[in-house]
Amino acid sequence: MSEDIKVDLDLDLKGLLCPMPMVKVSQRIGDVPVGGVIRAVATDPGAMADIPAWAKSTGNEVLSAGKEGDEYVFLVKRVK
Amino acid sequence: MDELNNVTQEEPKKLAMVVMSGDMDKLFGAFIIATGAAAMGMRVTMFFTFWGLRAIKKNVRTGKTLFGRMLGAMYGGDITKSNPSKFSFGGMGRWMFGKMMGAHNVSKLVELRDLAVDLGVDLYGCQMSMDVMEIPQDAFIDGVKEPVGVGFFLAEAQEADMQLFI
Repeated sequence: MSEDIKVDLDLDLKGLLCPMPMVKVSQRIGDVPVGGVIRAVATDPGAMADIPAWAKSTGNEVLSAGKEGDEYVFLVKRVK
Repeated sequence: MDELNNVTQEEPKKLAMVVMSGDMDKLFGAFIIATGAAAMGMRVTMFFTFWGLRAIKKNVRTGKTLFGRMLGAMYGGDITKSNPSKFSFGGMGRWMFGKMMGAHNVSKLVELRDLAVDLGVDLYGCQMSMDVMEIPQDAFIDGVKEPVGVGFFLAEAQEADMQLFI
């Protein structure tokens, strides 16, 4: 599903715990253009709840969030 | 009208927090919430009072009077000296929790505090408790705003979307 989406920035959030995955995404979202996509990989299960909540609160969009092995992979689109 | 609605929506949500505790665990809670809220685009105000003052202090001696100097000696140092509210064991608890948190790769408390400053969280000392505890503004880390009183906090809290007392 995610193969046809162009990723502008890869973000390694592995090993980070709350609140850092969300904080890092918020710090780096400005580095991609509006409409751009960050691919973030975390190992903290809490990120599955936090990153969509962050996106909802900041008006950005999580295109996909899923577990791949021990990792949680997010595609986050900068909306504004 | 649409423009007006957009402007209203752009107004950031606000969080106003009192930090009265100087306990390590409670400070973790306070700074995790503050940095998380800042990351979510909220405007965050933290109002430090009484035992919470040490969380924004540099590692300097404070106190003018005998009692003030005693307090400075017994409750001195900076945020790295904070002990957990349970299992303190005269510093052993701090060491143990520090090890456990390090093993799980949780950010250090001092790093979270500095991150809060970097993310634009507004930190204030309570003037009255600073006076009582004889902790002057220049004992605080850079980034702490000029001291305020309860009126300022209440005005902030009144217009905030969330208020917390820690």
